[in-house]
Amino acid sequence: MLERIWAEHTIEETGGELVYVDLHLLHELTSPQAFEGLREAGRTVRRPDLTIATADHDVPTSVRQIPLDDTVGRRQLALQIRNSREFGVELHPMNSLGQGIVHVIGPQMGLTQPGMLIVCGDSHTATHGAFGAVAFGIGTSQVEHVLATQTLRISKPKSMRVLLTGTPAPDATAKDIALAVIRAIGTDGGTGHLIEFQGEAVEAMSMEGRMTLCNMAIEAGARSGMIAPDATTFAYLEGRERSPRGEDWARALKAWADCRSAPDAEFDRDVEVDVEGLGPMVTWGTNPGQVAEVDGTVPDPERMTDPVAREAGRRALEYMGLTAGQSLSDIEIGTVFIGSCTNGRMEDLRAAAAVVRGRKVAEAVTALVVPGSERIKRQAEAEGLDRVFADAGFEWRNPGCSMCIAVNGDRVPAGTHSASTSNRNFEARQGPGARTHLVSPETAAATALAGRLTRSDVVSTTPITQTAQN
Amino acid sequence: MDKVEVIRGRAVPLDASDVDTDQIIPAVWMKRVERTGFEDGLFEKWRRDPEFVLNRPERAGATVLVSGPNFGCGSSREHAPWALRDYGFKAVVAPGFADIFRNNLPNVGLVPVTLGEEATRRIMAAVTADPRALITVDLLKVTVTCESAGVLDEPFLLDEGARFRLTHGMDLIDMASSAEEAVRRHEAARPSWMPRTNGQVEETFENSGVTA
Ligand code: SF4
Repeated sequence: MLERIWAEHTIEETGGELVYVDLHLLHELTSPQAFEGLREAGRTVRRPDLTIATADHDVPTSVRQIPLDDTVGRRQLALQIRNSREFGVELHPMNSLGQGIVHVIGPQMGLTQPGMLIVCGDSHTATHGAFGAVAFGIGTSQVEHVLATQTLRISKPKSMRVLLTGTPAPDATAKDIALAVIRAIGTDGGTGHLIEFQGEAVEAMSMEGRMTLCNMAIEAGARSGMIAPDATTFAYLEGRERSPRGEDWARALKAWADCRSAPDAEFDRDVEVDVEGLGPMVTWGTNPGQVAEVDGTVPDPERMTDPVAREAGRRALEYMGLTAGQSLSDIEIGTVFIGSCTNGRMEDLRAAAAVVRGRKVAEAVTALVVPGSERIKRQAEAEGLDRVFADAGFEWRNPGCSMCIAVNGDRVPAGTHSASTSNRNFEARQGPGARTHLVSPETAAATALAGRLTRSDVVSTTPITQTAQN
Repeated sequence: MDKVEVIRGRAVPLDASDVDTDQIIPAVWMKRVERTGFEDGLFEKWRRDPEFVLNRPERAGATVLVSGPNFGCGSSREHAPWALRDYGFKAVVAPGFADIFRNNLPNVGLVPVTLGEEATRRIMAAVTADPRALITVDLLKVTVTCESAGVLDEPFLLDEGARFRLTHGMDLIDMASSAEEAVRRHEAARPSWMPRTNGQVEETFENSGVTA
């Protein structure tokens, strides 16, 4: 699938392939210097009609206005509006209906489609691979390059298949599978490769779950992740705002139908990860490969055979303030964050709400839900989920990246532990001194109620009905 | 961009694996809109410790950073290469880099030197022991030399596209414009049903206090 999509987009093959970009997504943090570069060189945006921007990283989530003291954020957001107007780029600014996290709104609008080549100045662009697109993150110089030329000079990633075998436990989610995969292959296990996920567990996943899995491929070091499109993909796309309609829909379906790897396709690397009986997972350290079962214990780095992993484990325990062998359920959690481009979609909010319904958040816990987009927020409100969360003691926030990256003022207090549905548990990612444990929305919700890392006792049995625009 | 052919300088050893871009430069620095001036953000959190290697006076003026596997993992922020560049680094030597970071470095004129584990370990030990030890990164021969580590003309990995650009100081955008005709042909052949964006700045339903 990779070979074919890459070949279809290759324009020239000297000095690293020159590939054509079908969709270029922008956010406010990694694009200002690119627009400045264009302006200095007197260049324009070659294809504004294949370019779209949103405000997500800087936007506050507790109020609808930029707080007075965030002058830097305001300057950046104002510049984004000015740049978008000047260069004619579609923008969904803060407090607009279409606003949301860049990797949430692309699929939501139907802009992300099979067979496309998609880039964004953001590593989690991998998310879009869930639709059978080749989608990867780029740096700001490359953003400028794509704006100016709609192309990118880059060498083709190597191909890698991660075949999931076995059936996970009923309460395991796509997030748990993603964490298990990273533990199995390592944080640099995918380096240089684009991972295609295959297996029954993948086929059984909803589009939301597939997006969560592909989103986390980057944390395994891969350039991206992807999943072959199937009936689930097409059902998700049908009727969305920018999906093809009428006769075009039929044409598109035809083009998408053979967008998949042949059963006997050769990959540069081929690994199997057994997910038989896999339960809810959590990270205990400071990289996303330091993973254990939620009802397990903190591993002992001294027992690790690889010296690099051992040293990383030691450092992680020190930063996290944990001791080897202690039960993960003993860790007191001060903050619970449900949101991000990994787990801030409608299905995630529904799953978390099912766990908290009619219960209360533990006293010492600050818990917040940050929907991935304004449309998701409104859909959740229409379903009454905001009440479910608020009645339990969660804060119901406005959409944005929020505590996933903690540049908008939402932070985990230093030295305290958080259970977070985001994707990175690096030192200080959620604020200076913050100690992050990555989990699924279900585990995050159960943890908020207990005040400790806990496996949820609610197994979501409600069929996931896909609503048209979320 | 300036041509880069041979780099010769002292080193800063940073003996850790999985040094992520959040450590190289914290995310708050991404709220700046300028293109330079990121040097103070480099390893900001670790630099609060006066003993941190970058703070040692004998490391001042070093131009080569030596680190462990999977260097530059995490966020795609080019602010990380910018911070290294603004601080004065010209090359990073490691047994492995995260992909996006490895692609970003040459775009700001820095060299990602992917070196074998054994050679990296020896260089790490030598430059840790002697802050005056010199490392030579030769882009013409694609080799690394560090005499005091006993590493002589050791070949390293660098993709040919990156090497070409670094040694020619080429602007990629100019390189791409030579393919204009082929780009046009590709555009003409794209299916018409593929998605488009509308070029509009959407109206807000509530004032955010942000004005352009
Ligand atoms: S939610 Fe987090 S990972 Fe996703 S785009 Fe925002 S900051 Fe990046």
